[in-house]
Amino acid sequence: MSALTVSDEQATTTKAKVIQPAWVRAVHWTNAFAMVLMIMSGWQIYNASPLFGFTFSRSITLGGWLGGALLWHFAAMWLLMVNGLIYLVLGFVTGRFRKKLLPITPEGVISDTKAALTGKLSHDDLTKYNYVQKLLYAGIIVVGILIVLSGLAIWKPVQLQYLTALFGGYEAARYVHFFCMAAIVAFMVVHVVLALLVPKSLRAMIIGR
Amino acid sequence: MGRMRNLLIPGVDKALLIRDAVKTMPDLTRRRFISGGASLGALTLLTGCDVTDSFSAEEMLKQVSKFNDGVQALIFNPNAMAPTFPESAITKPFPFNGYYDVDDAPEVDGKSWKLEVRGLVDNKKSWTLDELYQLPQVKQVTRHICVEGWSAIGSWTGVPLRDFLKLIGADTRAKYVWFQCADRDGYNSPLDMPSALHAQTQMSFKFADEILPRAYGFPMRIRVPTKLGFKSPKYVISMEVTNDYKGGFWEDQGYNSFSGS
Repeated sequence: MSALTVSDEQATTTKAKVIQPAWVRAVHWTNAFAMVLMIMSGWQIYNASPLFGFTFSRSITLGGWLGGALLWHFAAMWLLMVNGLIYLVLGFVTGRFRKKLLPITPEGVISDTKAALTGKLSHDDLTKYNYVQKLLYAGIIVVGILIVLSGLAIWKPVQLQYLTALFGGYEAARYVHFFCMAAIVAFMVVHVVLALLVPKSLRAMIIGR
Repeated sequence: MGRMRNLLIPGVDKALLIRDAVKTMPDLTRRRFISGGASLGALTLLTGCDVTDSFSAEEMLKQVSKFNDGVQALIFNPNAMAPTFPESAITKPFPFNGYYDVDDAPEVDGKSWKLEVRGLVDNKKSWTLDELYQLPQVKQVTRHICVEGWSAIGSWTGVPLRDFLKLIGADTRAKYVWFQCADRDGYNSPLDMPSALHAQTQMSFKFADEILPRAYGFPMRIRVPTKLGFKSPKYVISMEVTNDYKGGFWEDQGYNSFSGS
């Protein structure tokens, strides 16, 4: 993390500054891949017994039918969980969460939201997240933890019945799992659009700087 | 591998296909259609590209599912009971579920029906319904969770399977109890021995205190509240205690074999 010792002045002049360390990039893209597999197979599983009055178009689902989708879902879950655990452990151990995501203040979020909506939010220093980013990135980590826990609650309502009860029972856990998915998809849409609007942020997540 | 290839048919919902197919197809073609027909094998993934080496993807999924069987067997706690509910929580009407319409459900004559017992047991005598009704029964109100995701709470009364296995002198060190059913398509399903010996696993003869109706598996179903619904076979005609994995109707099509809850 030598990049963190580089002063602001140097940062603007040095192209070699690492914005996203290698481990972040590795878990980010692994997570993106696992998430897409989980969501697409999850939609196919949802279609077998929809919670609401709609189903997902088969053109955007994975697995072909319920059985195939379940195979994908219960395979990709390992990738998602192991990768997610690595991310959480490294995020805490390296101090990245603390340095990048904290503090989150209401005033900061409000003023940065206003700045973003009026197009005045600066993206000059990609090593520093603005308050809207901090809130969304911290929030999506919480949602990520919730979707895994609610998924485990649905998968093992007998063996992990206390976890299932924590979500208000099997049926309630299904809804929690669904809404977490919806939150992640909404996040992904905003995330991808903004990454494309600020291409150097996308570049940083690919080559590191 | 041939079986697994059939799982991944883009554009075709197999479960629906089967439901439609059984309505129109003659008996002989049915099983064949389910196990071998309609094989396209192409897997459309992400970019819409045709993963022609989908053999590897399918093989990987198959291996992971086996791995998941092992993980589930490992975390299966024989002392963990499925939550029970008050009678007031029972879902009414309790859904009929099958890959066929209720009108096509097997019709078993209770007078001539006998439960056949095979495999690693001391006493291979067949059991009439009256003989089975004489055995001590217990009632449970538990949640039935379908592989599709929906669930319903029901009341089942019957003989704990482990009591029956003891009675017939089954070798409980064997790996599976394999059930065969009266379905024309030959529904069958393997149950791992630890789950078979679970206190709540029962041979059910009653639903909601009434003799099991045809829709719910007359004359006998197996009720395994620690597993997904398809692991609780209806219209059972035989059980075999065995060390061999003999596959199952849905298991062969790709549903995870352990499918524990």
